[in-house]
Amino acid sequence: MDFFETHGIHKVFGTTHALTDVSITVPEQSIFGLLGPNGAGKTTLIRIINQITAPDKGDVYLAGKKITRDDISNIGYLPEERGLYTKMKIGEQVLYLAKLKGMTHQGAMNNLKYWFKKFDIVSWWDKKVEELSKGMQQKVQFITTVVHKPKLLIFDEPFSGFDPINANLIKQEILELRDKGATIIFSTHNMGTVEDLCDHIALINKSRKILDGPINEVKEDFKSNIFEVSYRGEFEKVEKSLGNSFQVLAHQETEYENSIRIQETDGREKNSLITALLGAAEIRSFKEVIPSMNDVFIKAVEKYNAENKMP
Amino acid sequence: MNKTWIILKREYLTRVKKKSFIITTLLVPLFFAALMVVPIWLSTRDDKQERRIAVYDESSLFLDQLGEEGYTKYHFIPQSKYDSLKRNLENSEFYAVLYIPANIYTVNSAELLSSRQLPLELSEQIERKLSQIIETDKRSKVIQEAGIPDLEDKLASTKTRININTIKVTATGEQKKSSSIVAFIASYGMGFIIYFFVFMYGSMVMRSVMEEKKNRIVEVIISSVKPFQLMTGKIVGTALVGLTQVAIWIVLGIAALGVVQGFFTPEATREMGQSILESQQQVGPMTPSVPEQSQIAGILESIANLNIPLLIFGFLFYFLGGYLLYSSLMGAIGAAVDNDEDSQQLVFPVTFPLILSIMLLIAISRNPEGAVAFWASIIPLTSPVCMLARLPFSPPAWEILLSMVLLVLTTIGAIWAGAKIYRTGILMYGKKVNLKELIKWLTYRG
Repeated sequence: MDFFETHGIHKVFGTTHALTDVSITVPEQSIFGLLGPNGAGKTTLIRIINQITAPDKGDVYLAGKKITRDDISNIGYLPEERGLYTKMKIGEQVLYLAKLKGMTHQGAMNNLKYWFKKFDIVSWWDKKVEELSKGMQQKVQFITTVVHKPKLLIFDEPFSGFDPINANLIKQEILELRDKGATIIFSTHNMGTVEDLCDHIALINKSRKILDGPINEVKEDFKSNIFEVSYRGEFEKVEKSLGNSFQVLAHQETEYENSIRIQETDGREKNSLITALLGAAEIRSFKEVIPSMNDVFIKAVEKYNAENKMP
Repeated sequence: MNKTWIILKREYLTRVKKKSFIITTLLVPLFFAALMVVPIWLSTRDDKQERRIAVYDESSLFLDQLGEEGYTKYHFIPQSKYDSLKRNLENSEFYAVLYIPANIYTVNSAELLSSRQLPLELSEQIERKLSQIIETDKRSKVIQEAGIPDLEDKLASTKTRININTIKVTATGEQKKSSSIVAFIASYGMGFIIYFFVFMYGSMVMRSVMEEKKNRIVEVIISSVKPFQLMTGKIVGTALVGLTQVAIWIVLGIAALGVVQGFFTPEATREMGQSILESQQQVGPMTPSVPEQSQIAGILESIANLNIPLLIFGFLFYFLGGYLLYSSLMGAIGAAVDNDEDSQQLVFPVTFPLILSIMLLIAISRNPEGAVAFWASIIPLTSPVCMLARLPFSPPAWEILLSMVLLVLTTIGAIWAGAKIYRTGILMYGKKVNLKELIKWLTYRG
C-alpha cells in the first residue's frame, strides 16, 4: 500500500522552475531515497510535503487522503539547514518543539525521557545548546524530529555534518523506526547510504523526476551486461573462446590468478559465456556487474542532460 | 491559536527572564531619576569653599559695600600690594584679584585676575554684585535729581507681569481653560513614548526573527506552525514584554513618588519653595515673580480640560497601530537578511519616517493646523507619532478619522506584505537582498 504520494507537483519561483510535474509514490514502512544533484528541486519538494510552501499545481496525499494542516503532527522533519536556539536550555527547547507539533506536556515529557535515556544524554537537560558540541546538538535535533512519533519522517541530507559515529547511530535509528512502522523519506547526495538504507528511490534532475522505482529494479535497468570473471589459465586461450558476441573490456594478470571484464554485445544468452569459458580455463568466480547507485545516478543525470540540451 | 499561544509564551518568557531585560528595567528608571535628582541635589549643596578675593578699587566707590557673601570674602588692598600681587599671584593667600578701574561707570567693566581657571559662578556673583551697587547708586541719583516725591515707590509700583489665560470655546459655547504649555507637553510626551516603544520593540521583533534565521531553527518551527502564527506570537509576545516593562516602570515610579513625598512633607516643600523664591529675589529686582497659587491651579484645570478619553483612546490606537505596522515590516526585514550589516541598510528606509516624525514634533506643536502637521498626521507611516501629537490641540474629527482609517488599511497591508516577505526570505540564505528583490517576493504564491 502506498502511504504517501504526490501528484503532478509544479512550483515556479519567479521565472525559475523548481519542480515540473513531479509525482512520487512511497510505500508504507519503506525508506525512500530522494536523489538528485544540487539545485534539482529536492528541498523544494520536501518543503511542499511539509506545507512550508504551497505547490502552484498538484496535490500531496498522506495515507490516501489529501494532506492538511492537521497532518503536521504526523510528520517529523529534519531540514538540511538545522539548528537550535543557542541560549535556550535543551530540555525547555525540545519540550517547546514537541508542543509545537501538538503534543501535550505530559506526552512530550514521557517520550523525551525515553529518547534522552536511549541516547544517554539525560544530564544535558538543563544545559544550554551553546555548551554542546556540534555532534551533541545533532542528537538533540534528531530527538526533536522523532519525539512526536510521526508516521512519516523526512530527513533532508541527514548525514551532512554528522561525524561517522553519530551518522551510524542515526542510521541504526532510522532502520529501527522503519521496523516499528514509520515511513521514511530522505534526500541525500551520499549514494553509499542510499544503498545501505533505501528500498525505493526517485531521482530528480532540473526540476523533473527522471527515474524512480525499487532500488534493485533501478539498478537492474542500468546494468550493461558486463561480467567479471576470475580464472586460472592463459588469457589468449580465454579470449579466443569468446567468439563474436562478447567483447573484452579489460584484463589483468597476477601471479596467482587472472581476471577479465567482458561485455555481452548482442544481448543473447548469458549462460553461453560460461559454457565457452569452461573449456578455456579453470573458473574461480563469475559474476554479473550490477552498477552502483553512484553509477546509476551519474549515468541517468548525464543522459538526461544530453537529451535535453538547450538548442 | 493554541500554537500561537505556545510561541507567544516562549517569546515572552525567554525575554522577561533575560538578565538584560531585568537590568534595563531596573536601571532605566534609576538613570532617569539620577538625571533629574543629581543636578538638583548638587545645586542645593552650597559651594563651601572659602575664597579670599583681593580688591584693588581705583574708583574708591565700593570700599564699604563689598564685605562677605557666603564663602567669598573681599579684602581691599592698596595699589602697591596690587602691583606686587599681580606679579606673584600663584603663591599669594588670595584666590583672585579684582581690579575695579576708576572709570567703571563709563566702561562698565572690571577685571578679575587669577592664576587658575575661575568658576563661572564666582565671576557671575561679582558681576551681579557690582552691577547692583552701581544700579542702586545711579537710581538714587536720578531720583534725587528729579525731585519728585515718593518716586522710589512709584517706580516700584510700575513693575508688571501679565499672565495670558487661554480659554478654549467648545462647539456648544462652553468655555474651558486650556494651556498651550500643557498641550505641548502632552503632545510631545505621547509622541515620544510611541516613537521610543515602536523603535525599541520593533527592532526587538526584527532581531528575534534574525536570530531564528541565523540559528537555522526556523525551518523546523515553520514545519510545525504557520509563519503567520509564528509572527503573530512573536509580535504580540514582544509587545507584552514592552507592556510589562512599562508597567514595572509605572509601579516603580509611583513607589518612588511615595518615597519622595515621604521625605518632603508639605511644610518642607513650602519651605523649599520659599527659599527658592528668596534666592530668586536676591538674584535681581527685575526677575519675574514666581507662579502664584492661581496659576498652578490653572495648569491643573487645563490638564483636566484636555480631552482625556480621546487622548487615551488615541494613544492606545496609534500605539497599537504604529507598533503593528512597524514591527511587521521590521520582522519581514529580519527574515530577508542574513546579517546585521544588510539589515541596517534595509531598516533605514523603514525607520526613516519614524525618525522624521519625531523631528516634526516641534513644528507640529508650534503650528498644529499647518500643512506639515496635516500631512504628517494623515500619512500612515508618520501618523502614529504625529496625529497623536496633534490630539491635545483638538484637530477636526474628519482628519482623525481619515488618519485612523488609513493607518488601519496600511497596517493590514504591511502585515500581508510582511508575511509574504517573511515566508520567502526566512528560508533564503546567502543572497543579498535589496528593495527590488523584496517587491518581487510579494508576487510569489504562498
